[in-house]
Order: sequence, then structure tokens, then C-alpha cells
Amino acid sequence: MAKPKLAFYWCSSCGGCEESVIDIGPRLIQIAEVADIVFWPAAIDTKYSDLQLFEDGSIAACFINGSIRMDEHEQMVRLLRKKARLVIAHGACAHIGGVYGLGNFYSTEDLLSYSYEHCPTLEHSSNAAFPSLSENSDTSMGLSRLLPMVSALDQVVPVDYYIPGCPPVPDWVFRAINAVLGTEPFPDNRIFAEKKALCDSCPRRENKPDKIKLTRFKRPHESQLDPETCFLAQGILCLGPVTRGGCGSRCISANMPCRGCFGPLDNVFDQGMKGLSFLATLINDLTPDNIDEIISSIPDLGGILYRYSLPTSILRGHVKARKK
Amino acid sequence: MKGKIDINPITRLEGHGRIKVMVDDKGQVTRTYLQVPDFKGFEAFCRGRPAEEMPIITEKICGVCPTAHHTASSKALDQLFGVQPPLAARKLRELMYCAFVYEDHLLHFYFFGGPDLILGSSSPAPARNILGISDKLGPGFTSQMMRIRDKVRSITAIIGGSPLYPVSGLPGGLSKPITEQDRATIREVAEDAIEFAAKTIDLFHSRVLSSSDFRQLVTSSAFELRTYYMGMVDEADRVNFYDGIIKIVGPDGRELTRFHPQDYLYHLAERLEPWTYQKVLYLRNIGWKGYIDGPHSGVYRVGPLARLNVSESMPTPLAQEEFDRMHEFFAARPVHNTLAYHWARLVEVMYAAERMKELSSDPVITSEHVRNVPANGPIRTSTVGACEAPRGTLFHHYEIDERAIITTLNLVVATQNSAAAISMSVDKVAKSFFNYTNKETRDPNLLEMAFRAYDPCLACATH
Repeated sequence: MAKPKLAFYWCSSCGGCEESVIDIGPRLIQIAEVADIVFWPAAIDTKYSDLQLFEDGSIAACFINGSIRMDEHEQMVRLLRKKARLVIAHGACAHIGGVYGLGNFYSTEDLLSYSYEHCPTLEHSSNAAFPSLSENSDTSMGLSRLLPMVSALDQVVPVDYYIPGCPPVPDWVFRAINAVLGTEPFPDNRIFAEKKALCDSCPRRENKPDKIKLTRFKRPHESQLDPETCFLAQGILCLGPVTRGGCGSRCISANMPCRGCFGPLDNVFDQGMKGLSFLATLINDLTPDNIDEIISSIPDLGGILYRYSLPTSILRGHVKARKK
Repeated sequence: MKGKIDINPITRLEGHGRIKVMVDDKGQVTRTYLQVPDFKGFEAFCRGRPAEEMPIITEKICGVCPTAHHTASSKALDQLFGVQPPLAARKLRELMYCAFVYEDHLLHFYFFGGPDLILGSSSPAPARNILGISDKLGPGFTSQMMRIRDKVRSITAIIGGSPLYPVSGLPGGLSKPITEQDRATIREVAEDAIEFAAKTIDLFHSRVLSSSDFRQLVTSSAFELRTYYMGMVDEADRVNFYDGIIKIVGPDGRELTRFHPQDYLYHLAERLEPWTYQKVLYLRNIGWKGYIDGPHSGVYRVGPLARLNVSESMPTPLAQEEFDRMHEFFAARPVHNTLAYHWARLVEVMYAAERMKELSSDPVITSEHVRNVPANGPIRTSTVGACEAPRGTLFHHYEIDERAIITTLNLVVATQNSAAAISMSVDKVAKSFFNYTNKETRDPNLLEMAFRAYDPCLACATH
């Protein structure tokens, strides 16, 4: 019997998800003995034209990471969806939109014009060459264009399973591969992670007070961080209570608060909104003036609550009017 | 005019890219393009976010070289808030940094660029990868390589929280100290890392340098560019990844200038091309003269070979031995052959391992005092943090308001510095080896070898 085929692909990504595969370590060689890795641009010389030749449904599973940022990504994931029987959203970008989703706070014109017209290193006469606004007829190869907004994978194609995290944890990736190969069960909620919040497995759980009432939030750099006390009790915003567990408390163990990369819990559709309502329970005095004052002690609340999940929030993003 | 070769996507690298070779009616190559078709907009969307979040946001540009962004960003914060890290934190940051360079360079040698060298430039495509290496060198060797990479990455986890994305960088130091037991573990890993670096260098000599195919290419003018070189050096003009002065030498090896990272805008400029999202850098004071090399062109290169070309020597003995062997082979400095990047990278692998051992032997790194907390808010409104990423010099330029919120962000990321040269290298190989007037052409993989030698990170290059 032919070995099952596996594929790995990246959309707008950082390569960290590829590392989460490589970090499986020597077990990767064992996987290659029982499965054929047929497509993986980071590590294997299969080109898009080779991929086209695969019959529809001939690939057992494709692990797709990265955000859908460019039109090329949209085309590629549609192609891969046809070729693969299972599609697995691999990592925070594919799962909930990812950090690049912060770009949804801006219009694509704003993003491009800042980088290609305003950065201080730019030579002054270069505006004529603004990428993607030119037809590129001299090269006849075109240039992939930005989509109006960053999307998570399941906003473009149906997704069967999810591996959360930025970066994903190699052990969860390994379990997902084993599930595809039939040696482990798939999770019933379709997410390869814990079912409970990070807070439930936090090493500081024991000293989390029952009630936390704050009059001000502190920024992480403003004080010496206590290595044992719950961050919230220290007045430091931590998203552990509204974020899925399974990361191994990596940031907490480095004495830094959670920023939410494992995404929301089951049945929560908007991680940032959930974070905001949780935040409200921490505020000592709910008179309107005091709420404003306390909340304003957290700069860039939106950028923290939606650090990884803006594209999958209810609003998806906020497009500012262009300044004249 | 039609493209004769369209390599889409280019593979075994970090990030998206495509190569297209244009050919005229007579079958002659006219021009080769290396396109980066991705863009994220970090410079735009980081504005309005708190400065102290930058080490953990900007590192998401790259999951292969996150520690470089994390470090440049942390150094920028030290300056903005006017707090220097205590000695222990400074050393721990450098220790984590060396661990990172080590495992990242090994990733390139065994997963990205190395398969072309170890298996041969025209070995069959389906096996020209890490699994092919595993078949050739044996699964035992490959497992050993993966385990040592894993152990070295665990150093990043000890100091930074995660083996991949460190989170411990704050203005004035680190969020947590390490224990004596941690130090002992790291010291042990460093010993193993030195041993494996030596093994990798042996492998390079016995399997790569001994092959006539590689020897021919590594001395061939098709892979040569006579450019400027830029890299960070310490006070004795030796390679340093974490801190120092930026030095530039000309194609003749003579020093052009040296500058403090804060002054980068006076020396470097960026230009745009309509066919790629990558901004292309050149030396401002020499000027952009097009995709040409030589002393009159502002094209320059960074990364392992450039760092060795601007340095007088290596700071550690075994790395120095290999540095000498390399220069004995080429018998001239600077070394201009692009494939020498592979060798220079292995010299740095050894340096990174030896430096890890030095730093982890120092009892000061277990001090509880790893952070100076800023007494007040920021003391400056603008600053530049820099370090040597595995692929070259990295600059993070931040401007902030009185609440330490980012108002301007400019990133000059390692691969961008070499962008013009990378395009030229691919073009030169295309013109040297691919002529469609006769039927004989080489495996297009040779074109990919021209960019792979640089170990480009195209996710970083467009950020």
C-alpha cells in the first residue's frame, strides 16, 4: 500500500510553524518512514507546477500555516483544499488570524504607503516604483496583491482541525500528524490543545486571589515583576483567563504575562471581547469616570486584547479614513 | 520576450520567492528577477503600540530568526528608557544570542543550503533535502544533529521562555534570572555544541570541499561579486553578534567607514522596485549605480562572509583555526565567491559554540540581579537598536511619544542589505550557465544555489 501523503504550506508567515515541525526532532525521520512529505517549500524542492499534477484528494492532509494576506495565498489554499482530504490550520495565524492581523487596524493603502513612501531610509525619488501599483510588463510575472483584510484560514476554505499557538508546540504538531496517520484520535472539539484556560494550568494558580480589584494597571516594564505572584494580582494585564491552555505556560515561566496566542476557549467567538468583559470584573470602581481612568492606564488596549485574533473578531478590523 | 525559466516558488529557504529568467530571441539570458511576493506591514501597524511590546511583536516577523529582532528591539528599549542591563543580563542576552545563531546556522547547513553541497548540485530533486541527507549520512547522524539543535534551542527556552520566541527582553535587562543548575546545563550543551560544530566542519571538508564539482564552483567567477561588505566588529575588529561598531570595507578590502548604529541613516538608503515587495538597500555615500559590482557601485553584502571580510580575526581559538584555513584556501581577502558564505557560516557556528562555553562558564550569569527598572518614563524620543542577525546587520529604529508609544518605526532587516547582490548573483549564474542557443543547460537548481548561499530570510526582507 502506498504511504499516505502529507503537505505543509505557508501563507503570510514567519517560518515559526515550519520550525514547530522541524522541532519534532528525530521523530520527523520516523514520520518520513511511514508517510511521504510531498510538498513543503521550506524544506523540499516541490514547485507549484508539480503540485498541480497531484490528483484531487490524493494528499491525506495539508498543514497550512500563516495568515491569508495576499491574493496568491487565497489561490494556493483553494488549490490545496482540493488536493488534500484534510486541511489543518497550523498555528495562530491560520487559526485565528495572527499578529499580522494587526494590519486590519489600517487600510492596505496605509500599510503600503507607510512602508514604501514614508520610512526614513527611503530615497526621495522612489515613489514612482511603488510595488503592485505598476503593471510590471517588463517582467511579465506580475506581483501578488494585498487583499483588503487579513483572514484566518477558515474564512477562506473549510478547515477540519486546528493547531493553535504562536509558535505551535511541537508535541501538539506531532499528535496531529499521528492523528492523520491513524495512530492517535482526533480531538472531538477539533482543536489540538487543552480544553481549559491557561489560567487553570498556570504555575501561579495557587496564589491567584479569589477577587482581584484594581485601581490601575501597570505596564510590564514599569516595575520589577514578581516571579511567583499571579500577574493580574500584580496589576499586569494577562490574558491567561480567556486564552486556551496547552502552550506549557511558556511566557509565564519566563516571568511574562500571556498575550493570548492559543486563541479563545470553546464557544467563544471573539477573544478580545471576552478579554474586555473579563477586564471589567477586575476594575475596583465601576463609576464611569473611574472606569475611563483605570482603562486608560492600559495603552493600546485593542492591540493587546486582539494581538492574535483581530481577523476573527466580530469587527474583523477597523479601517481608518485616509488622512488628507 | 518570454521567461525561459520560472522557478515558482524558490524552495529551501525562509519565506516566499520566485525566480524568473528572461531570454531574448537568440536564446541569451537578458535579465533575471528574484521576486518576493509577500508583505505584512509591520512598520505601519506597530505605530500606536507600546514600545515595551516591540520585542515580542517585531520578532513575529520571523520564526527562524526571532531572537535577532527580540535582541535589537530590547537594545533599543534600553536606550529609550536610559537603563543599561546589569552585567549578568547583558551576558545572558549574548549567550541566548549565540545559541540562536548556532542552531539557525545549522538549520541552513542541514535543511536549506547544505543538501546542494552534501548531495551534489544536480542530485535528483525529490531527495535533495534533509531526508536525502539522512539517507546519505545515516539516520543516526541526522538524529544527532536534530538532538543537538534541540538542546541548543533549549538554551533559548531557559533564558527566553520558549525555544522559538523568547519573551524575556525588557528595557534594562531580562524578566527573570537563571539558576546555577540552568548554568551547568547550558555549559554542558555548549561542550556538545563545540564537538558537533567540529564534526560539521569535518563533514564540510570531507564531503563538500573535496568534491570537484563544488571546488570548481567555489573558485568560479560565475559565483563571484566584488562588492562592499558590512558587519559589526568589537573593539579589536573581531566578529561580534551582539554589540559593537558597524564597519564597511570596499571590494579591495580597505576600510570605507565605520559608524555607530545610531547613525545608520547617514550610511544606508533604500530603493524600490516595481516587481517585488522587497526594498533594496545601497550605500548612500557611494550611491545607487544599478545592479553592478565594483568600487563605484553602492551594492554591498552582509551576513557570515561579509562579517569575516570586515574582521581581522575571530575571538575564539577553534573558530580562528577555521578562519585561517578558509583564507589559506582562497589566498586573498576579501573573499568574493558567494559560495564561500557556506564556509564562513561554519566558522561562525564554531565561534557561537565557543562563545556559549565562555559565557556559560562565568558564574556572574546566575546573579539574581538581571534588570534595572527604569526610574521614570523614557528619556529619549528616538533610538536605534542593532545586532548581527545570522543573515546580517539588523537595525530597529523607533521613535516614541512621552507615553512610550511608537510613532515611527523603521526596520532595516538583514537580508535586505544583500538584496541587490542576491539578485545579481542569480543573474550572473543564469548568464554563465544558461544559454539556450545550444541544447545543454544546467539544472535550474544551480540558480537557487546562488541565492541559497546567502541563507536569505525573505519573510524578514519584506516584513
